[in-house]
Amino acid sequence: MTHNPEYNYKVVRQFAVMTVVWGIVGMLVGVIIAAQLTFPILNFDSPYFHFGRLRPLHTNAVIFAFGGCALMGTSLFIVQRTCQTKLLSDKLAAFVFWGWQAVILSAVITLPLGYTTSKEYAELEWPIDILLAVVWIAYAILYLGTIVKRKTEHIYVANWFFSAFIIAVAMLHIVNSLAVPVTFMKSYSIYAGTVDALVQWWYGHNAVGFYLTAGFLGMMYYFVPKQAERPVYSYRLSVVHFWALIAIYVWAGPHHLHYTALPDWAQSVGMVMSLVLLAPSWGGMINGIMTLSGAWDKLRTDPVLKFLVVSLSFYGMSTFEGPMLAIKSVNALSHYTDWTIGHVHSGALGWVAMISIGAMYHLIPVLWGKKQGEMYSIKLIDLHFWLATIGTVLYIASMWVNGLMQGLMWRAINDDGTLTYSFAESVEASFPGYVVRLIGGTIFFIGMLLMAYNVWKTIATADHVLGDEPLDKQEASV
Amino acid sequence: MSDGVSLFVIIGTLGSLLFFFLVLRLNKTSGNVGKTTGHIYDGIEEYDNPLPSWWYWMYVLTIVFALGYLAYYPGLGNWKGLGAWSSTGQLVADQEKADAKYGPLFAKYQSVSLADLSKDPAANKMGRRIFANNCTVCHGATAEGSFGFPDLTDSEWIWGGDDAAIKASIMGGRNAAMPPLGLILGESGVSEVSEYVLSLSGREVNEALVKKGAVHFQMYCSACHGTEGKGQAVFGAPDLSNEIWLYGDSRNQIQHIIANGRNGQMPRFEQTLGKDKVHIVAAYVRSLREKSAK
Repeated sequence: MTHNPEYNYKVVRQFAVMTVVWGIVGMLVGVIIAAQLTFPILNFDSPYFHFGRLRPLHTNAVIFAFGGCALMGTSLFIVQRTCQTKLLSDKLAAFVFWGWQAVILSAVITLPLGYTTSKEYAELEWPIDILLAVVWIAYAILYLGTIVKRKTEHIYVANWFFSAFIIAVAMLHIVNSLAVPVTFMKSYSIYAGTVDALVQWWYGHNAVGFYLTAGFLGMMYYFVPKQAERPVYSYRLSVVHFWALIAIYVWAGPHHLHYTALPDWAQSVGMVMSLVLLAPSWGGMINGIMTLSGAWDKLRTDPVLKFLVVSLSFYGMSTFEGPMLAIKSVNALSHYTDWTIGHVHSGALGWVAMISIGAMYHLIPVLWGKKQGEMYSIKLIDLHFWLATIGTVLYIASMWVNGLMQGLMWRAINDDGTLTYSFAESVEASFPGYVVRLIGGTIFFIGMLLMAYNVWKTIATADHVLGDEPLDKQEASV
Repeated sequence: MSDGVSLFVIIGTLGSLLFFFLVLRLNKTSGNVGKTTGHIYDGIEEYDNPLPSWWYWMYVLTIVFALGYLAYYPGLGNWKGLGAWSSTGQLVADQEKADAKYGPLFAKYQSVSLADLSKDPAANKMGRRIFANNCTVCHGATAEGSFGFPDLTDSEWIWGGDDAAIKASIMGGRNAAMPPLGLILGESGVSEVSEYVLSLSGREVNEALVKKGAVHFQMYCSACHGTEGKGQAVFGAPDLSNEIWLYGDSRNQIQHIIANGRNGQMPRFEQTLGKDKVHIVAAYVRSLREKSAK
């Protein structure tokens, strides 16, 4: 580890700060739309502040802004550290950072203005899609180019996952966003009807599979062994679950289109592949949690490790729930209900957000020249951990109750075969669940504010940043 | 799908399952339990532990389930599955079962007149449920309508309020066709006609404009709305002389309609509900009117 070039930590620091900033923005919008669903008057009769426009802003902000900055920042840190080489190009790194912020800012402006392709998680209109594709390809070149010039013989498992995430997302984004522009901010998808739906959910489910799963597993494979200071549990398990995960996820999209115009055969294949996906998904959880064997006592004292381990538990839970929801007879009950929203958030809050938060608490003191574990306040991290956990549990539990209730109300029939409840009655009955969801989301959001304060104080008290001092000290401090 | 595509799907699906199994099988055991692989990345090492056996068998089980499911259900290209199941088949079977079970419950009311049926509590209960799930989206839970959707409890029936007309509206749906007259009348013509229309219901108006508007009205509007503007159910042309306005009663809103037209739609329920349920829901709608008349 002596041949160190000066690693590019600047871009990592930039992404780390923006992770916290966009996390707060995205989750605040989430709290607002949860409030709007509970009390519709909060739409204020304004098209710009309406749920219909803020909802895609929320999803784009948490997935692409918060999640994206966390993934890009950690991946660019990890690839340098584990390949023992500097990033391919500092200029390209700066382009990726500023380009990505430009994409996010465009989304923040255009979505409330009503510019949308109406494709879920791919709402951005064509000029922004093109910018996104360019930035993403630049990111791919930067990341993969750095792996190519690595000084190590092998490639560490975290980098396999990041590579799969980067390559797959490029493919998904470009294929799904193909469209014919008609004006500067309006385009029509080149696909039609059922084909459009299938392409959209091939994209949508793999945004979950590669962006929100493979990418964050890459993060997990670095920060869990680092924080626990233990070797990864099983190399073999990582090989098997990596190949299985990336090969199976691409099949699972049709489970979003059960009992639709999609041909039966495609629905069946989508369903069985979703079930086969259970074990490979759990492989990552097992490998992460078992890495702690011999270090379980650290969970008592280290709230950062708590974040990482609990995120893996939520990951395991939601990747069990996913295959179950993909079974056609279960899906017949759950589809179109709040259960889906609960499932998504057990992954989004419990897994994606909590592992990112844990990773940032590990990374931020290191990046600002301190030792690992030297965040400004460990007590605040602990408080944040409990707020995040309680917030997530309230969110998921309320949506389970709502989802089951809605599914059962919609299928309840009277003695004469007519439906017992009208749709509006199921909405009315969902009100208490919406209140609990709003409370859970608000609690989670408050935790993010604590994090911002803690990060602010940590950075403000730093007297130098990582990379400023001689290398031997650098290595020792991580 | 063609045989080629079918074969592609079959080979792709079974080939993938085989690939997953082989990767799994080849890594099942390890000769170095508890030892590391020797690689170190930024201080991170990796044990060469074997796959947990419960996990291994769970994985195998899901692959076995997948094969069984794909044998029984359609999935492998053109293979119909041993169970010969299809979603269309299931729907038809469910519908036939439901028709056989519930059909007679509805059919027995067909011979009762709407007037009598609207006073039958059991039939009204059914009617209310059918209404709640099919009609409230537009007409509202209380059937009082909203902007663009008629109130069913008031006295105005755009397409006719007798029993036959109400049933015809539900069975076949309705398509209103108020043509856009903006180009024909011009801006001033539109405001003249709107002034005349407002005068019909006794609103405060500019008499000079009303006079001109009356001439336009007889030429362009009376064919449907009648010479006195009292409407004609056969065209679905509303009465313009009362206080009921489907699309708002302001000058601006009325001018907008004259200039741009309106094409209100009531969907047809002949296929989704069938004549027996339509008969019952029509009686329920009649009962609402009778209630509000009291």
